[in-house]
Amino acid sequence: MSALLVHGYEVVIGFETHAQLSTQSKIFSRASTAFGAEPNTQACAVDLALPGTLPVMNKGAVERAIQLGLALGSHIAERSIFARKNYFYPDLPKGYQISQFEIPVVQGGVVSFFMEEGKATVHKTVRLVRAHLEEDAGKSLHEDFIAQTGIDLNRAGTPLLEIVTEPDMRSSAEAVAYAKELHKIVTWIGICDGNMQEGSFRCDANVSVRKPGAPLGTRREIKNLNSFKFMQQAIDYEVRWQIEQIEDGHAIQQATVLFNPDTGETRAMRTKEDAADYRYFPDPDLPPLVIGRDWVERVRSEMAELPRVMAERFVTQYGLPEYDATQLTQSKAMAAYFEATAKACGQAKLASNWIMGDVSRRLNSGEVAFETLPVSAAQLAALIGRINDNTISNNAARQVFDALWSEGGANVDDATADATRVDAIIDAKGLKQMNDSGELEKIIDEVLAANPKNVEEFKAGNAKALNGLVGPIMKASKGKANPAQVNELLLKKLG
Amino acid sequence: MSDLHTLGVAQLSALLQNKDIGAVELATRMLARLGGNPHNAFLSVDSEVTLAQAKAADARIATGDTSPLLGVPIAHKDIFVTADFPTTAGSRILEGYRSPFNATVVQRMGEAGMVTLGKLSCDEFAMGSANENVAVPSAKPQAVTNPWDVSRIPGGSSGGSAAAVAACLTPAATGTDTGGSIRQPAAFCGITGIKPTYGRASRYGMVAFASSLDQAGPMARNAEDCALLLSAMCSPDLDRDSTSLDVKAEDFSRDLNKPLKGLRVGVPHEFFADGLASDVRGPINTALENLKSQGATLVSIALPRTSLSIPVYYIIAPAEASSNLSRFDGVKFGHRAKDFTDLADMYEKTRTEGFGDEVKRRIMIGSYVLSHGYYDAYYLQAQKIRRMIADDFQEAFKQCDVIAGPVAPTVAWKLGDKSDDPLANYLADIFTLPASLAGLPGMSIPVGFGEGHMPVGMQLIGNYLQEAKLLNVAHQFQLATEFHLKTPGGAA
Repeated sequence: MSALLVHGYEVVIGFETHAQLSTQSKIFSRASTAFGAEPNTQACAVDLALPGTLPVMNKGAVERAIQLGLALGSHIAERSIFARKNYFYPDLPKGYQISQFEIPVVQGGVVSFFMEEGKATVHKTVRLVRAHLEEDAGKSLHEDFIAQTGIDLNRAGTPLLEIVTEPDMRSSAEAVAYAKELHKIVTWIGICDGNMQEGSFRCDANVSVRKPGAPLGTRREIKNLNSFKFMQQAIDYEVRWQIEQIEDGHAIQQATVLFNPDTGETRAMRTKEDAADYRYFPDPDLPPLVIGRDWVERVRSEMAELPRVMAERFVTQYGLPEYDATQLTQSKAMAAYFEATAKACGQAKLASNWIMGDVSRRLNSGEVAFETLPVSAAQLAALIGRINDNTISNNAARQVFDALWSEGGANVDDATADATRVDAIIDAKGLKQMNDSGELEKIIDEVLAANPKNVEEFKAGNAKALNGLVGPIMKASKGKANPAQVNELLLKKLG
Repeated sequence: MSDLHTLGVAQLSALLQNKDIGAVELATRMLARLGGNPHNAFLSVDSEVTLAQAKAADARIATGDTSPLLGVPIAHKDIFVTADFPTTAGSRILEGYRSPFNATVVQRMGEAGMVTLGKLSCDEFAMGSANENVAVPSAKPQAVTNPWDVSRIPGGSSGGSAAAVAACLTPAATGTDTGGSIRQPAAFCGITGIKPTYGRASRYGMVAFASSLDQAGPMARNAEDCALLLSAMCSPDLDRDSTSLDVKAEDFSRDLNKPLKGLRVGVPHEFFADGLASDVRGPINTALENLKSQGATLVSIALPRTSLSIPVYYIIAPAEASSNLSRFDGVKFGHRAKDFTDLADMYEKTRTEGFGDEVKRRIMIGSYVLSHGYYDAYYLQAQKIRRMIADDFQEAFKQCDVIAGPVAPTVAWKLGDKSDDPLANYLADIFTLPASLAGLPGMSIPVGFGEGHMPVGMQLIGNYLQEAKLLNVAHQFQLATEFHLKTPGGAA
């Protein structure tokens, strides 16, 4: 894809994402994982690494790893090993982190997604190397103490799944699209709350550049990208910086860098020379993690339908175009909203158009999420039903939708009440279409009489002159005339 | 009843149940013997705590509770964390530390109604074979002495436990065994001790030395007492220790009285090579003859990798220790250096001041063998040989029911004799390391006296979960002999 070259360089990006798993308790202890508690109130003896304490595996964390593996078509290792990563830091209570090193629980797999490239929608796949279970460290608080550092161990022992890709991405846009897709999957299957501000979904990007066809360049790792916006900015800056260095004749040094959103720059924290020897070895406190096929199958049977499977079903079951099906499965809530609407009104394509159109537009401009939509699926279905049975026009339907949205009051528990409410608004606003042809004919006759010039032009062969007649007719009917019926009657009268 | 302190667990239990004596009275008598800290065996005592426990035991006895250990005194190696006593693991770095919880083993003995006399000295973090590596109290650390000859070491690392039982300061003690730390001091002090199968006793609350090897066990006057203590000590602890075996609690006394007729006793010739001192060889051979006279047959077996167990152990144990001891960093608990310039300086000074030489030595060895570029050659290779050593035992157990041999190549040596020669200390572990590496149960029973009238211990090794069989053999031997009844001069 030569189109993606930056100043003649190919960009190569791999990702490491730390997804905090949505378990109630920690990965090796029973302390709570809830966010935002007072410092050190959610750290038990095990988390504090008190002498004599030992880790015991939280099965819920393992199940979530299995779920991710199943969602991404990975191999779930029947036997994986926990290892100790040894280093000293005050917020690492044991002096080592329990992680997986040589044999991770999730191996291989693929994240696939669509993205815009130029004018085209392109299908992309990013291969996973692995995903492994590990514990988070605590937090060092440097701000609140003078010449001292506070240690909060509430986060210590929080379960993480580190998801590592091959260096398969070729642009910052592709990297962001990958991260968004992964974010969608982990939140969809419910293994991670996806809250990037709270650090539940943290991305590190390994970035290098090379001339096309050359071996991989030396990479620098941008740590802790906690928003999609910063992710793109950071990678773009890093790519420009690396190309400048190379163009200026400097070799890239392998390094870990941090992105500063205020300056928009990346800066090296440590280089490879400072890299610690972590002295990994299998943790003798934890036997190998054994996952039998029956466990995997049980998790599979309990798992929600995955977005790509659901999208395929939308195509076959509802006859939707692939594009619609993909868009509607961007989130679980959106997909559920679509299905409820489509089922209630029996007009899947109309439901899709409304959701991808008016509903999404309103969602994007406001702060409302799908979960708290002021218009219920039953209301939207009733509205679509009224368009379909010619009670109202599309324009009128929009007015009803606006009214529903601003007034709120959707009653998700009572579909009949929601449908009644739609009709009530139509009545109150007088939006019912004029389906009585006698009344409409009267209006048409008046308009024809008032616009003889248009009538003449049309009869002379100018088809466009018809539009000059439709407009005034619609206006005279106060928008209630059915445009199809207007057309039909006009042609009959002029023919 | 002037000789109460010389009685064993089962005997005291009978007196308590008969109400011939109360638990408070017994505890008071035992505490009275601890004045001046004989043999430096204890690191902490607290008579208030002890008497409160004794009072509670008396109350249970009064309600008709017949639990066999109810009211019987015990003391715990200071490697077990305790809420009621300080826990130091023999190290300055933990001096003054008080655990908010009890080790599972301590908890189980407490639930059985045993009365804790205090905490027993040990080598720092259980690293040592002589109990000379004790660093607390930091004001004046004292090596533990052997009650049979106070110029000699008691063995280690459970030296305080062995000395306290031998000197009749307690009828029972807990110990821990990583490479022989129950069996060797038991042998050197002429008492009985058993290390169960790895995973039988919970490691929760044991200050970790080498996680894949550490195992708790009882030390007492005889096999019958050890069986009672072990039955209370061992049961699954799956919610707190992932290496705890999911094997139901057992009555380890059930087979004590089985005759030995038909028992096949494996005798590994590697345990009787040139390195074995003749004053140890003699009593061991006599003991083997005794088993034979009771109907057992002696089978010559091979444990061909016995000598490799030393390098294998001294790679794996320090590797695990180097990581286990990282938590002692001055940040959260224990000692922190007073003056430091920055974080790295704080770590360095804290650990330099807090750890003794042997601990530092093992942290360095362990860090080295786990380092990038050395891991495969040392740690991984050692793990491979460790599996082969375990396989050798399985081969041997095709031909025999238990294995018997010496615990140590010599009797207890003089204080200071090997303290400047770590390697000589390490080599003395040769007969206890193989069973530790394989995770097999092993025990030591007194079988006679060697040079300087020092006790000689015989080691019995069983297959996995065969503790009841070991205790059966030991008990039958003790029914026929009186070595376990001997007490050092001054103790009685």
